[in-house]
Amino acid sequence: MDDFLLEYLPILIFLLISLGMGVAILAGSFLVARQKPDSEKLSAYECGFAPFDDTRKQFDVRFYLVALLFIIFDLEVAFLFPWAVSLGSIGIFGFWSMIVFLAILTIGFIYEWRKGALEWE
Amino acid sequence: MVDGSSIGFWAGYAWPVILIVLKVLAIVVPLLLLVAYMTLAERKIMAAMQMRLGPNVVGPLGIWQAFADGLKMICKETIIPTGSNKVVFLAAPLITFVLATLGWAVVPFDAGLVLADINVGVLFLFAISSLGVYGIIMAGWASNSRYPFLGALRSAAQMVSYEVSMGFVIITVLLAVGSLNLSDIVESQRNIWFFIPLFPMFIIFFISTLAETNRHPFDLPEAESELVAGYQVEYSAMTFGLFFVGEYANMFLMSAFTTVLFLGGWLPPFDIEPFTWIPGYIWFFLKVAFLLFVFVWIRATLPRYRYDQLMRLGWKVFLPFSLLWVVITAGALIIFDWLPGA
Repeated sequence: MDDFLLEYLPILIFLLISLGMGVAILAGSFLVARQKPDSEKLSAYECGFAPFDDTRKQFDVRFYLVALLFIIFDLEVAFLFPWAVSLGSIGIFGFWSMIVFLAILTIGFIYEWRKGALEWE
Repeated sequence: MVDGSSIGFWAGYAWPVILIVLKVLAIVVPLLLLVAYMTLAERKIMAAMQMRLGPNVVGPLGIWQAFADGLKMICKETIIPTGSNKVVFLAAPLITFVLATLGWAVVPFDAGLVLADINVGVLFLFAISSLGVYGIIMAGWASNSRYPFLGALRSAAQMVSYEVSMGFVIITVLLAVGSLNLSDIVESQRNIWFFIPLFPMFIIFFISTLAETNRHPFDLPEAESELVAGYQVEYSAMTFGLFFVGEYANMFLMSAFTTVLFLGGWLPPFDIEPFTWIPGYIWFFLKVAFLLFVFVWIRATLPRYRYDQLMRLGWKVFLPFSLLWVVITAGALIIFDWLPGA
């Protein structure tokens, strides 16, 4: 096996073992315990009455907004990772290039802030 | 199969794999035991802080309480609600459990004592901790019930908000190290642990791990006074148990991550005689235990955040501050010519 595979093989084996453990725990509990379901027991929890309608309808648009903002900034972090590791070899030019990029992003951030996208009242 | 090739098979493939399996078990089994005892330790510490005794009935000083709890959970009935998506409903706790344990594959316990010494260890840990949100949002959606749904939405928004500033904090550490390998990060702290020069980042990172693991004072996804138990409402028996174990294992993982990034991993506090006698993995364990104690301490001390306060702290305080600090750190390293590999 080559070195690259050998580095990652433990992670794959780890994944399989913990997945197997999780399934075994779930199945074990399912087999050991006495299962005696009835329709009341299996209904959704709703403080003592039957749910009026389906849960999966509308929810607040702000959650979408947070997700969108997250994608922008997380991509930025993804750009910063290789830059941070190699800053020693790209020097002052690499530093200023990233500052320009960050400045543009900061303008976007200020715009979001002023628009009230970060408000949550 | 001829003899020669079968020897090659054993020496080349089977034994390494068996060895890896044993190593994995040597990590996972103690981890799960420690998680079980973490629940007991948490109850004991909180009891002490509130002038109570805590669990003391099952065995001397209650030391078997952890096993009694586990056994009770196994013997409960597994309830899968009629309205739920059954496959997703069962997959959610599995994902939480697997992710919380999988991160340990790259954590260095001591110099060279690491299962997979991959050169992108930081990225791997960051990815694992980010994926954690899937378990929760799948649980909330699959339950098809009010409270889990709201809890999962809150949790998703909260986790992604704090992940951004966590990313920036990691960047500042990477700037000072110049490598993504976790062992390299620890080794480069031989002169000074990073929590001293990067103290504000250390605080931000620790608070973000609190939010990332849905712990006090950021446990809004399961705020019992408004959402009953959040995304866990419909879960029972070991489906709940896996969430529970996953949450605590995640706390361990995040504490280990903080230790590696800021508290010098396995390094002793001073590189002189009495401290160097103690092996590195003991230091590592002590540091993780200290951070876990702070987790419990915070839980026993602080009231819960309101949701708008939580979002404000994440987006309007931590994000600009950590972004600014990335620029300051990079600038300082360039000006003073401290960059690694320059």
